[in-house]
Amino acid sequence: MFEIIEKKALASEIVSLIVEAPLIAAKAEPGHFVVVRVSETGERIPLTIADYNRDRETIELIIQAVGYSTIQLSKLEEGDQLLDVLGPLGEPVEIEKLGRVVCVAGGIGVAPIYPKAKELKEAGNEIISIIGAQTEEKLIMQDRMESISEELYLATDDGSIGHEGFVTEVLESVLEENEVDEVIAIGPVVMMKAACEVTADYGIDTVVSLNPIMVDGTGMCGGCRVTVGGENRFACVDGPAFDGHKVDFVELMRRQDHYHPQEEKAMHRCKLEEEVGRDG
Amino acid sequence: MANRQKMKKQQPEKRINNFQEVACGYTKEEAVKEAERCLQCKDSPCVDGCPVEVPIPDFIEEITNENFDQAAELVKEKNALPAICGRVCPQAEQCEAECILGKKGQPVAIGALERFVGDYELKQDREIEAKTDKDIKTAVVGSGPAGLTAAADMAKLGYQVTVFEALSDPGGVLRYGIPEFRLPKSIVDEEVQEIENLGVEVRPNTLIGSTLTFDDLQEEGYEAVFVSTGAGLPYFLGIPGENLNGVYSANEFLTRVNLMNAYRFPEYQTPIEVGDHVAVVGAGNVAMDSARTALRLGAEEVSIVYRRSRNEMPAREEEIEHAEEEGIDFKLLRNPVKILGNEEDWVAELECVEMELGEPDSSGRPRPIPIEDSNFTIPVETVVIAIGQGPNPLLSKKELNLETTEWNSIVVDDDTYQTSIPGVFAGGDVIGGSATVIAAMGDGRKAAREIDKYLQQK
Ligand SMILES: Cc1cc2nc3c(=O)[nH]c(=O)nc-3n(C[C@H](O)[C@H](O)[C@H](O)COP(=O)(O)OP(=O)(O)OC[C@H]3O[C@@H](n4cnc5c(N)ncnc54)[C@H](O)[C@@H]3O)c2cc1C
Ligand SMILES: Cc1cc2nc3c(=O)[nH]c(=O)nc-3n(C[C@H](O)[C@H](O)[C@H](O)COP(=O)(O)OP(=O)(O)OC[C@H]3O[C@@H](n4cnc5c(N)ncnc54)[C@H](O)[C@@H]3O)c2cc1C
Ligand code: SF4
Ligand code: SF4
Ligand code: FES
Repeated sequence: MFEIIEKKALASEIVSLIVEAPLIAAKAEPGHFVVVRVSETGERIPLTIADYNRDRETIELIIQAVGYSTIQLSKLEEGDQLLDVLGPLGEPVEIEKLGRVVCVAGGIGVAPIYPKAKELKEAGNEIISIIGAQTEEKLIMQDRMESISEELYLATDDGSIGHEGFVTEVLESVLEENEVDEVIAIGPVVMMKAACEVTADYGIDTVVSLNPIMVDGTGMCGGCRVTVGGENRFACVDGPAFDGHKVDFVELMRRQDHYHPQEEKAMHRCKLEEEVGRDG
Repeated sequence: MANRQKMKKQQPEKRINNFQEVACGYTKEEAVKEAERCLQCKDSPCVDGCPVEVPIPDFIEEITNENFDQAAELVKEKNALPAICGRVCPQAEQCEAECILGKKGQPVAIGALERFVGDYELKQDREIEAKTDKDIKTAVVGSGPAGLTAAADMAKLGYQVTVFEALSDPGGVLRYGIPEFRLPKSIVDEEVQEIENLGVEVRPNTLIGSTLTFDDLQEEGYEAVFVSTGAGLPYFLGIPGENLNGVYSANEFLTRVNLMNAYRFPEYQTPIEVGDHVAVVGAGNVAMDSARTALRLGAEEVSIVYRRSRNEMPAREEEIEHAEEEGIDFKLLRNPVKILGNEEDWVAELECVEMELGEPDSSGRPRPIPIEDSNFTIPVETVVIAIGQGPNPLLSKKELNLETTEWNSIVVDDDTYQTSIPGVFAGGDVIGGSATVIAAMGDGRKAAREIDKYLQQK
């Protein structure tokens, strides 16, 4: 049912899969995500709907291979099927005409920010984008972000392209020089936390998209709970987008590490399997 | 009067190390012997105790005659999932509570006999011919016991039935909540298969309200919808420390283990983490299941922390006994007030307060009252919160015309099960109150009848 009809490598360890999913494509909006399971023994992993095409009845998933499940996913080829794809999940982000919006994304965060930036642009906003990665090879979707942005800034940790350093440093100078109505920040939690600290100084509303560990993605397990404005919220149904100035990022970072030992074990297994695969 | 036939069970020392079924079921001889205890009462008070009116003396009589096919047929007319109900019904409070023999000694083991008949039936591999010959499409939302029963009944009435399920596999709580050692997943698979054999189509990975809306269902030609989305939203205590690592809702804990097979990590890739010391808060079936699961995952010491006394514990009697046999420590009249973490923000201690019982409250049970200055802590690395759950608001948030209570229960007409939307019916845990498998099935059955009436009048 959920056939992969196109696969592209976007950067080192980052792939794009175009997946046939008619019902989900028909309903998808920016901010939505899906929960995917590769095989009977697989985990349920949440992935943003990075783009969708209602005519072709497809959704695009952009995957960064960081652990066992995402590596399995990135190894799939065109013609393979995903066992389960559930969605669209989460609340879509509100798209309004606000004026000038800055989109800051780090690493794989560019994937979830792109559909929002695109719709915001279509709604008449001026988009300034700042996207970053560790190095140039890991930077994704530069062309697509460029096509919808008035200005696009790049940042890499090693300076291989664009600003040498963090996206948040670029954000600071952009806010210094422009009147900005809203900031959207998506990426690793440390990055979103830092971005919110910058925007708080300027008093600019900031939307972040959270990525806690999830199981069902439908509000049934509470595993994805995050503290926002002192209240317990379920990221899968109340989010994943929240007012960044209210999020308890420290708690989120800690909760993301819950299964660290098991993840290492799974990765170890993954390496063993690869070795066996190579020998046999 | 002879005593009840004992059912073979796995010994506690052994069973806490595996996930295999605890109670092994009757042999043919044991079943016949137990059936012979039944007095075949004319007014059959036991039937009054069964929410779906299983013809208890009649099917038991067929067991004594070794007419197991006939026994199965009689049970299945009223109960589409006998192998499941025989295992998980709170018999002690229902049919068996009304059994005449129980007044003086032990009641007939009606549940165990029903299980025997259900298991027998599953082994027969009967060819069932689907007779969904009516050209009318109906939809069921949610594949728990309420939805499965409604689907089976509507298919038997000839309707085309599609069951839409959000998760990857059907069964609802039977799949993700009740553990393998109490209800093997193979039994759920087989019972669901029997329902599919009636012509029912199950469509997993479909979240109604999101993937498809009621409008879509109408457009696709579904003329009636039965909503049985259950009560899947976990409640938390609202005490400090609940978001520390190592604190689970029972739903998450059990879903990881049952639906995702985390107990077989890393073969199955979903992890679960239990410490040596586990505290489970609550004393219903969900709490017992969580505690006993934690034990099987390798915990050394598992406590149930409950604010009332043993008398008020809502779990099935048999589950409480099994938990006691397995060495679960019951900390009764204790209420958690705070969860304390270590420097890495993992659970380290559970702070509780001692309680005493006061006057009955609105639930009819004595109100637990904290005793001042009685706070104490227990060292734990894992806490599972099992204090109850409510209907998931997801569907009603998307379907704005669907009237709900402030607790997110769907409002239905008492007689017709119809919701505020014409042609949309609801039953099971989502309409509030029921909270047992058999009550949910009862709703599914009655709603199917009402849907049939509605469609005939249309
Ligand atoms: C709403 C949402 C949208 C996301 N969108 C994308 C996306 O578009 N592309 C993408 O590559 N990744 C996305 N992620 C993250 C992705 O789900 C995780 O990277 C993936 O589950 C990791 O699994 P793993 O087995 O490969 O790695 P692991 O070794 O298991 O873990 C690596 C990291 O992923 C986190 N993680 C592990 N399991 C889960 C889980 N079930 N849910 C969430 N995080 C988990 C861990 O905390 C750890 O930091 C999203 C997460 C959420 C919640
Ligand atoms: C751990 C546990 C142990 C229990 N033990 C017992 C016991 O021993 N005996 C007993 O009698 N009762 C027991 N119960 C209670 C009993 O399981 C429930 O009362 C019963 O399952 C309710 O049935 P239901 O059909 O209403 O809903 P559920 O079984 O909850 O099923 C609802 C289904 O709907 C699906 N769903 C939800 N929303 C949507 C949507 N929008 N679209 C599509 N699908 C959706 C869910 O994924 C789920 O599969 C237990 C409950 C739990 C949690
Ligand atoms: S369905 Fe439950 S209550 Fe009814 S006879 Fe069977 S075990 Fe008893
Ligand atoms: S009440 Fe007990 S003894 Fe009488 S018919 Fe029912 S099961 Fe048999
Ligand atoms: S992922 Fe289970 S409630 Fe959000």
